[in-house]
Amino acid sequence: MKIAMTEYLRINTENEKWECRVCDHEIASARGNYKEGLLVYDRDPTEIHPPIIDPEKYRFTFSPDPEWVRILEFCCPHCGTQVETEYAVPGHPPLYDMEVDLDALKAQWAARGEAAIPYAGPAVVREDGHGH
Amino acid sequence: MNDMSNSGRGKLPSAEDMALIKKFLNDTTLFLGPDPEIMQNHDLMPRSADEEAAIANASDAHTIAKIRDRIQSGCDEGYEMVEQMGAAPGAKWGDVITGVYSASGDLAIASAGGVLIFSALVHHPIKFIIKNWMNDPTVGVREGDGFIHNDSRYGNVHNTDQSMILPIFHKGRLVCWVASTVHEGENGAIEPGGMPSMAESPSDEGLKMSPFKVVENYQIKRDILTFLQNSVREPKLQYEDMKVKLFACLRIKQRIEETLNTDGPDALVSTLRLTMENVRAEVKRRISEWPDMTVRTYIIQDSTLRENCVVKINCKLTKTGDRLIFDFRGSAPEFTNRATNTIVAGLKGMLAQVFLCYVWPDLPRGQAAFAPIEVITDPHSIVNCSYDAPNSQSLMSIFTGFTAGQHAVAKFLYSCPEKFTKVHAPTFNMINTFIWGGVSQHGETLGNLCADLNGMGAGATVDRDGEHALAPIFATMADIGEQELNEEEVPFLQLVSKKMTRDAVAPGKYRGGQGYTMMVATKDSEQWGFMTTAQGAKIPPLQGLFGGYACGTYPLSKVQGVDVYDVLMNTPEKFKHSIEEIMNEQPFEGASYTTHHMGMGFEISKRGELFMISQGAGAGYGDLLERDPKGVIKDIEEGLMSPAVAARLYKVVFDPETLAIDEAATEAARAAERKARIARSKPYSEFVKAWSKPTPPAHLPYFGAWGDDVSVLYMGSPQKTREAATPRPNYMTHPKDVRIAELEARLAALGAMGGEKQ
Ligand SMILES: [Zn+2]
Repeated sequence: MKIAMTEYLRINTENEKWECRVCDHEIASARGNYKEGLLVYDRDPTEIHPPIIDPEKYRFTFSPDPEWVRILEFCCPHCGTQVETEYAVPGHPPLYDMEVDLDALKAQWAARGEAAIPYAGPAVVREDGHGH
Repeated sequence: MNDMSNSGRGKLPSAEDMALIKKFLNDTTLFLGPDPEIMQNHDLMPRSADEEAAIANASDAHTIAKIRDRIQSGCDEGYEMVEQMGAAPGAKWGDVITGVYSASGDLAIASAGGVLIFSALVHHPIKFIIKNWMNDPTVGVREGDGFIHNDSRYGNVHNTDQSMILPIFHKGRLVCWVASTVHEGENGAIEPGGMPSMAESPSDEGLKMSPFKVVENYQIKRDILTFLQNSVREPKLQYEDMKVKLFACLRIKQRIEETLNTDGPDALVSTLRLTMENVRAEVKRRISEWPDMTVRTYIIQDSTLRENCVVKINCKLTKTGDRLIFDFRGSAPEFTNRATNTIVAGLKGMLAQVFLCYVWPDLPRGQAAFAPIEVITDPHSIVNCSYDAPNSQSLMSIFTGFTAGQHAVAKFLYSCPEKFTKVHAPTFNMINTFIWGGVSQHGETLGNLCADLNGMGAGATVDRDGEHALAPIFATMADIGEQELNEEEVPFLQLVSKKMTRDAVAPGKYRGGQGYTMMVATKDSEQWGFMTTAQGAKIPPLQGLFGGYACGTYPLSKVQGVDVYDVLMNTPEKFKHSIEEIMNEQPFEGASYTTHHMGMGFEISKRGELFMISQGAGAGYGDLLERDPKGVIKDIEEGLMSPAVAARLYKVVFDPETLAIDEAATEAARAAERKARIARSKPYSEFVKAWSKPTPPAHLPYFGAWGDDVSVLYMGSPQKTREAATPRPNYMTHPKDVRIAELEARLAALGAMGGEKQ
């Protein structure tokens, strides 16, 4: 069974792997940290959040301070999809962010049955009222 | 032998002796401080014998639903009264809650609108009253009484919020309590507006009302009122809003009495109890649908509002079966002389918002929704501060704690088939607004804030962009007051407002909702000033979701040495409507243009000087290369992004004149960027070898645990630590002293100290 865990990651309960939902690449063991199977880039945050006021003139510019924070960009080694970002203090070990109890997950989904696509949640629909 | 050497094998006092000792201790208590037994517990009180009997008597589901709806509309009616009649700006935009509490003090039903964070807090002061004043012959709890409260240490967000609490009796039997809470603002602290960031101890935080009786026979006691009025900068508002809260409570009381007359007290007591028990059970059922998992995240506060530093809010969220545990251990230690600490109940109140506002908005509003969820913290930490720590800027830790929770919860919800809202990236979490105070054009002393803190941008969802400037995270149902009405009472204008700040973006497949620019300038008073109390000028206070980015950072810009009202009168063409243009073009000759972090202490402003800030964006969702190019162009057309930034980030190729999209070139540019990503990135194991360091960097004043080891908390440098479980003082030096020392060192190096005696 394949269980969509995030926008780009699923767990395959048969081979017990984290897989890429975009390209089906096998990323890492589902009993461990999916990040171990991804590529990482240390992004200067000023490239994503550009200065709005002149950095030559001002101390604060709407850009994060690249000596205080970095963006770790994690991507799929096969298709290059950006699976996760982590705003990190320089040198802070990346987080093991989703530590799944795989056996519990299997049991929970065995009772549910596989879902083709995850439910996006209820839509807010406009009610135009009662008309004649 | 003393009792310290007694290893537990000695003779213990008998039960009778223990009762005597307890009575002696109770009778001779010199000070009734906040009670840890009350303050550390957010779960429902056990079913009382009275409730048990009531449920046995009346538990028909239809009757209970009917009564619940009546009480709910009574609460909403009380809420409307406070919102419409309240004098505080907070009241006008809904920084209010009203509710009905069980006889044991649990909040059973709260108003649908307003600030739900109170829903997890006001039960603490009621429980204090029950425990300490009910049977105290010098106080007592009688029909017609009303109690006032604001001291956060007895259960509150911060001391700006005041509650009015009334016991409701039926034929002599206490059946429930009603309370009304408003963000009043002024409380006589060292800065106006009630939320001083300059407070270095609780003694700087102004009026501190532990719960006490201020109403008898439904009348406010004038002698106590006068004392309270003398303790704050807005004496008239103090009286007006005490009356408003009292009358809102009386209206709810009237609705309760109507129910008592038609259905009797047992039906009411049973309704309150079963509503809470049912919600609590439903929450446990919903949690059990989530995957069993541990999610880790952290949010960084980049200042104490006095100085920039790196303050970690660490969050590990574990779900097992129907248990959900927020573990905030490893968060920064409490600051002994900075105001950004929070009591743990404040953090819990805000975590309750994650669920009541963003995950399960269908649940009846009250205390029960968060009751079964567990929270762990280090003692004397920034999210569980001690009695002696200032906490007037607790919102900083409450909001970043909220975001950590919101970010972690999203990772549980994605795979869960049962959803009540869409999975979404974190909402912007900082109150980027102006707090103001001084003497108005009408000679009134005022101190409060602009309701624009309402303008927090929403996070993107699984299938939609975040909405701009949507709502405050702590009150999704809040209104916004009319700025024009406000301007009749205060001596300043918002010269620019509600204009989106271009390029302050949170990119993603779906982008975060953006925030708007605010420019204020004093006009009609020589005794008027502003302060700002937000973090996030150096480090974004959010995380993105599933490959999306957080927001950027937001500074304070000032233009001084100019009177923009003269400029507008004489050379209006010089005035510009964006921070970008004013700061980059510097159109006013002779003026000074400076930038600052968002923790500006109260500063008196001169006529026509500009103070400029921006609301923040909610976080983005998903890989930005998947964003529909049409959405990118729409953002350009709407002034949210400049064409250059849009093209560079999103790799959309378009005609600069017509903005027509070149689909094929866009496809190719995006494919090339995916390849470039793979080329420039490193495999995880190789990356962490070079990246990960055993301690925080020496160049950063870092507070909190580092990496996975949460047993040690850093306190500003790699050398200074404390054991997480063992509190230690954590003092910060006055920023001016830091600056003086820097400058003196430079003078000394130049030999320019002039032989000054030391
Ligand atoms: Zn892939």
